[in-house]
Amino acid sequence: MALHFELVTPEKLFRSEEVYQVVVPGTDGDFGVLEGHAPFMSTVRDGAIQIFTSAGSAPEVIPVQGGFAEVNEKGLTVLAEKAG
Amino acid sequence: MASLKELKIRIGSVKSTQKITKAKQMVAAAKLRKAQAAAEAARPYSGRLEAVVASLASKIAGGSGEGASPLLAGTGKDDVHLLVVANSDRGLAGAFNANIVKAALAKARALELDGKKVQFYLIGRKGRPVINRTYPGKIVAQYDTTGVKEPGFNQAQAIAHELTDMYLNGKFDVAHLFYSRFKSALAQIPTEQQIIPVKIPADADRNAIGATVEYEPNEEAILDDLLPRNVTVQIFKALLENNASEQGASMTAMDNATRNAGDLINKLTIQYNRSRQAAITTELVEIISGAEAL
Repeated sequence: MALHFELVTPEKLFRSEEVYQVVVPGTDGDFGVLEGHAPFMSTVRDGAIQIFTSAGSAPEVIPVQGGFAEVNEKGLTVLAEKAG
Repeated sequence: MASLKELKIRIGSVKSTQKITKAKQMVAAAKLRKAQAAAEAARPYSGRLEAVVASLASKIAGGSGEGASPLLAGTGKDDVHLLVVANSDRGLAGAFNANIVKAALAKARALELDGKKVQFYLIGRKGRPVINRTYPGKIVAQYDTTGVKEPGFNQAQAIAHELTDMYLNGKFDVAHLFYSRFKSALAQIPTEQQIIPVKIPADADRNAIGATVEYEPNEEAILDDLLPRNVTVQIFKALLENNASEQGASMTAMDNATRNAGDLINKLTIQYNRSRQAAITTELVEIISGAEAL
């Protein structure tokens, strides 16, 4: 029961890990991604990504800029121009 | 035969040249590792972005077709070609710069034979003299990288911005990017890539993402957002690959130069010793024959 999450910036692969849930600031509003999310693509507004490593744990917050998120059967990938 | 003094001076000069090439080789080797790591770290992002753009683009091109961004659809013309040539600022890198320029000039000739207009946009200063001599007045702009130690995303952004502006103002119809792809320290491949409009690979899998994907806000908006970014990222990738290639080429070239200098020093030293010995022998013969005459 884990979501594979990758955060990629042009400089490097910023994060690649198994998490419980990620909340992404989409252009049309925040959306949370859990394991088994339907295929989905969205642009991301400048803001912060919240990463929950387990249910109910305190989120880790990573600010991102200029991003794009893709959910497919492999997990969630966020492409951002700047992160952290 | 050169005199003893001349030989001695010559050996000294080759030795100091060897010191320079050796130092440059070590500097390049140290920088290579960093540049290579940076180039490799950038690959996941550009690869993934390329895949997403390709699948989205083929989807939109297959559907409505019209109304797509000019970065994807092109200007409808094919007259003016801009050749973006990425070079380095420094020499002492073997044929690194020459190879890129050669590839660009070959492309320019082919395009002119087809009756197209050719223009150049240069990154780095090493390519300028040759291109300016072959195609005087065709260099429209140059991006100065002399103050930059290692290529960053900001430079790529600035270049991409300038190119996109020129494109949207109708200054050119197609842009090709020339750089050197880093394969190993021994092999760098001069590469040409069409960056504007985006080239959709013919075999792009239209069903790669599946039909059930939800888009937010919608396909067109996402693509409009991603296309300019894709140009930036492709340029960024080229800059990093170029940087790694330059260090690799430099290391190999300087390694060769150092070895050649060593060979030359050995040869000259042998020659020096021989003439010294010959001089001593002559002197001895003179003394002995002088003593016998008494």
